[in-house]
Amino acid sequence: MQQKPFYIIGIGVAFSPNLKANIHEAARFSLLFQAKLILIHVGKKSQEKTQQIEEILKPFITQNLSYELVFKTGDPVDVILSTSKEKNVDLLILGALQRENFVKYYVGSIARKITRKANCSILLMIKPSIERIPCKHIVVNGLQNQKTKQVISSAFYVGHHLDAEKITIVEEIRQQEVAINVDDDKSLRKANIKKERLEMRETNRVKKIVEEIPEDYLKEIVIKTQPIFGKRGYSIGHYAQMVRADLLVMNAPGKITFWDRLFPHDIEHILTELPTDVLIIQ
Amino acid sequence: MSPKKKTIKDFLKTLPKNIFSGFVVSLIALPLGLGLAMASEAPPIAGIITAVIGGLTVSILGGSNVTITGPGNSLVGVVAGAVLFYATQSGLEGELATQQGYFVVLAAIICSGILLSILGFLRLGKLANFFPSSAIQGMLAAIGLIILAKSTHTMLANQGTKGISLAFGNVTIFEEGSVLGLLFGIPKTIIGVFSYDNPGLTYAAIAGVLGLIIMVFYPKIRNKYLQLIPAPMWIVILPILFSYYYEFVLQQPNPIDPSYMISNIPDFNSIVTNLPTVDFSHITSPAFWSIVVTLTLIASIESLLSIKAVDKLDPEKRRSSVNRDLKALGLATVGSGFLGGLNVVTVIARSSVNVNNGGSNRSANFFHAFFLVLFIALFSTQLTRIPLPALMAILVFTGYKLASPNVVKKIFSIGKEQLIIFFITLLVTLKIGLIEGILLGVFTTLIIHLIINKSFSLFFRNLLKPNVLMFKEQENEGNYYVSVKHFCSFLNFFKLKNKLDTIPENQDVIVDFSMCEFVDHTVMENLNNYQELFEKRGGHFEVIGLDMHGTDSEHPFALRRILPIPNLLSNLTRRQKTIEELALDYNLNYESNKNKNVHFLEDFLFFRTKKINHTYNQLADDNSSIRLFDLEFSEGEFIAKEVVRATMMYVSLQEGIPEFTLDREGFLEKVYAFAGFEDIPIDNHTDFSNRFYLLGEDKLAIQSFFNDDLVHFFESNPYYHVESNGKALLIFRKERLSNIKEIKVVFDFGKRLKNVLQVEKVVKL
Repeated sequence: MQQKPFYIIGIGVAFSPNLKANIHEAARFSLLFQAKLILIHVGKKSQEKTQQIEEILKPFITQNLSYELVFKTGDPVDVILSTSKEKNVDLLILGALQRENFVKYYVGSIARKITRKANCSILLMIKPSIERIPCKHIVVNGLQNQKTKQVISSAFYVGHHLDAEKITIVEEIRQQEVAINVDDDKSLRKANIKKERLEMRETNRVKKIVEEIPEDYLKEIVIKTQPIFGKRGYSIGHYAQMVRADLLVMNAPGKITFWDRLFPHDIEHILTELPTDVLIIQ
Repeated sequence: MSPKKKTIKDFLKTLPKNIFSGFVVSLIALPLGLGLAMASEAPPIAGIITAVIGGLTVSILGGSNVTITGPGNSLVGVVAGAVLFYATQSGLEGELATQQGYFVVLAAIICSGILLSILGFLRLGKLANFFPSSAIQGMLAAIGLIILAKSTHTMLANQGTKGISLAFGNVTIFEEGSVLGLLFGIPKTIIGVFSYDNPGLTYAAIAGVLGLIIMVFYPKIRNKYLQLIPAPMWIVILPILFSYYYEFVLQQPNPIDPSYMISNIPDFNSIVTNLPTVDFSHITSPAFWSIVVTLTLIASIESLLSIKAVDKLDPEKRRSSVNRDLKALGLATVGSGFLGGLNVVTVIARSSVNVNNGGSNRSANFFHAFFLVLFIALFSTQLTRIPLPALMAILVFTGYKLASPNVVKKIFSIGKEQLIIFFITLLVTLKIGLIEGILLGVFTTLIIHLIINKSFSLFFRNLLKPNVLMFKEQENEGNYYVSVKHFCSFLNFFKLKNKLDTIPENQDVIVDFSMCEFVDHTVMENLNNYQELFEKRGGHFEVIGLDMHGTDSEHPFALRRILPIPNLLSNLTRRQKTIEELALDYNLNYESNKNKNVHFLEDFLFFRTKKINHTYNQLADDNSSIRLFDLEFSEGEFIAKEVVRATMMYVSLQEGIPEFTLDREGFLEKVYAFAGFEDIPIDNHTDFSNRFYLLGEDKLAIQSFFNDDLVHFFESNPYYHVESNGKALLIFRKERLSNIKEIKVVFDFGKRLKNVLQVEKVVKL
């Protein structure tokens, strides 16, 4: 499979109330994936800060966590992006607020800005916790795209390492594909037959992808497919929130302009109102 | 889910029923058409033209099944106002001015027909969903008051009055001639009735009042033979007989003042040859287009609401193609306009009468038009013998139904803020205009929603988001799950509706609002409609996730407020106390409170076209296999609506039996037989066959089921209406509540019948 394993994990560190929880989550991830953790702080290096971070990392250091602290001044977005490039970070972990206020959304917050520009995979965490909350249910985007194969296999890779119990592959089918307006009984019947066909086609496509995934990763994971009809990007977030998924795995967006933010689509919908922790696979 | 093939054979088989139903509807359509047209300041024949063109066009091109089309009551105010406006502009006097004004309005009607068709082509059948239901209620009530204001004076033979004016100093509240002026002038007219100098006027007023009495009390008389002719038709027939009595028996002129008789009913030939000269000269003025837009808006709202309501009554559970209907209605309106008729809309009262009389496809609408043509061709001279006040009585009744205190009471029970929306819409509609009224109603609703949620951004941020997710759950086969986020109100209800409309009504649906912060009354009401529709068609529709909202006292919209509150104080009537005693005596369980769980009755043929409200005063044995209860149900809609309370008995059986309906043979059944219903004969029991009327689909199974024992049982017992739905029996005698003695008798009858049926099974085994 062509998924990139996570060798180096980066995290942006800010001295916020969530500091401890964020670092705990990142350190746990690094241990699970046996990766090196890079902590990036935008600001001047000081004894005090280093001490504080190392104090938090203590329980993980005893478990042989390899880590590195990076201090750099400058624009937060640029610093984090350039550092993660420099250090060849495979996965960048960012804490994010579930929903941002109005002005911030259109101007763009740091976490979201990074998401839009980053070249590595990104994990947006909305509810980091100090104690480990098991990741039981992963929802992954299975819409037809050249990246889908990679996204699905990454989801299984992550799911396997996190001991997830269930992975739901959601196929979003656009309403336009049905292309039948429901007026009366006759058109309703037609539309439903068309829908069933589309669902079958999508399920078959996803099945083929799953067949190629190494068996090790499939062990002890319940696989479910769920076709939904709705707006791309938005509906899957809604679904993930509804089934109370612990992680939503999406593919990375193409280039995003200001207009995409005004008229959001695909991943932008997810960024507007993060339904749960989101992993964006590059 | 394969479609039933509709063959020509099926069509021919149901044709007699549809002809019969079309005939009954035409009996109502005739007086209503005349009355509505006259209240609209149009020539009376215009109403008939509208119904005929509507019936012919929509029955061929339309997309709904059991609806009836014709002149609608909600347009009366707009058309009348527009006619008078252009009459004064024409610079002519009297009749000529009104005629000229009407010719201009015909042009507006034609334009609105074109707009209506465009709405249909643009698939804007969902338009009516963008208005909050309290605002629509307010608008309808205002229309009711406008109709009342216009027709009450004529009913009391005081045509042409300007009402009264009210002013405090320089501030004029309302002036003479305005709707409010006319409304508050009604008491003055009533007082004036007792002092007419001209006895002709007094007779006219008496005709009007008698007409109103017939309209009010007629539905209360539940006599099969009287009910064959609907109330409005009696209002037509009785005065015609009266005038013939004067002419031929007393040899005197009709005492009713000639100016209060219907005039200028043209004969059939002149309608076709003398087409009106439609006046398009105002087509460039904004006032003209504001009338066109109002006509289109009101016509489409009335039609859409009617189609939705009638779909619920359709015994064959079909779904109407709303947009196709809009196109057909638009085309019919254009045609009607060129021939001198009014806007063609789908009308609720006549449609429900159609369903109740066995109309099953569009041909009923066609025949209703056909019979109207026949009436005009044969009886156009007789129609001039109808006094105007009697016809206006029908409209007064209609107006009252639209604006009755019950409407206000119902809205108040939903919430005080709904009452604010209702009254703002109502008053603005009366004082300024329909469009202004409904727009302000929408605006008020919006403001109230903002205040209640104390949040602007909830609405602004999420308005354009696709907030509804629907998917078919994969694991437990075929559950549709609909989840709604953020808020759901009249602003974005169409998104939810679009999703819900793609679900066949015989499926299971769960609508989840747990992620939704705010749900308004319009949505709750519409969901309730969906719920009823799904239940009727064998599906299941459940709304979940509102419990959190329910605990919040600031959320008064939800329907759960109506949940029956257990009656803690024993406040039973004497009848209830006797029933309670009877329950003790017979070892039965008695429950006096209302029970909304009436699904077990919905399979019965009798309730196919009726809406069951609730049961109460229920007597049941321990395992509820025998139940005796009072039942409230309604048939018909709007002015044809009748709420009926009756005592019935329900007996559930262990073994399946064929579906059948058994009743006493009588005159009515002979009529029905004529219209295509078939009595199933039982061999060797001619007496039984003569005395009883037996009906059912599976003729052979029924014939073998009615063996000697069963036939003897029915022959030797009192007559009851007995109906089987395959697994249970429904037994009652009359469509009214029974007294204690009757309850005992029916209980005994039902028990013995059950025994006979069970013994039969044992013998067979």
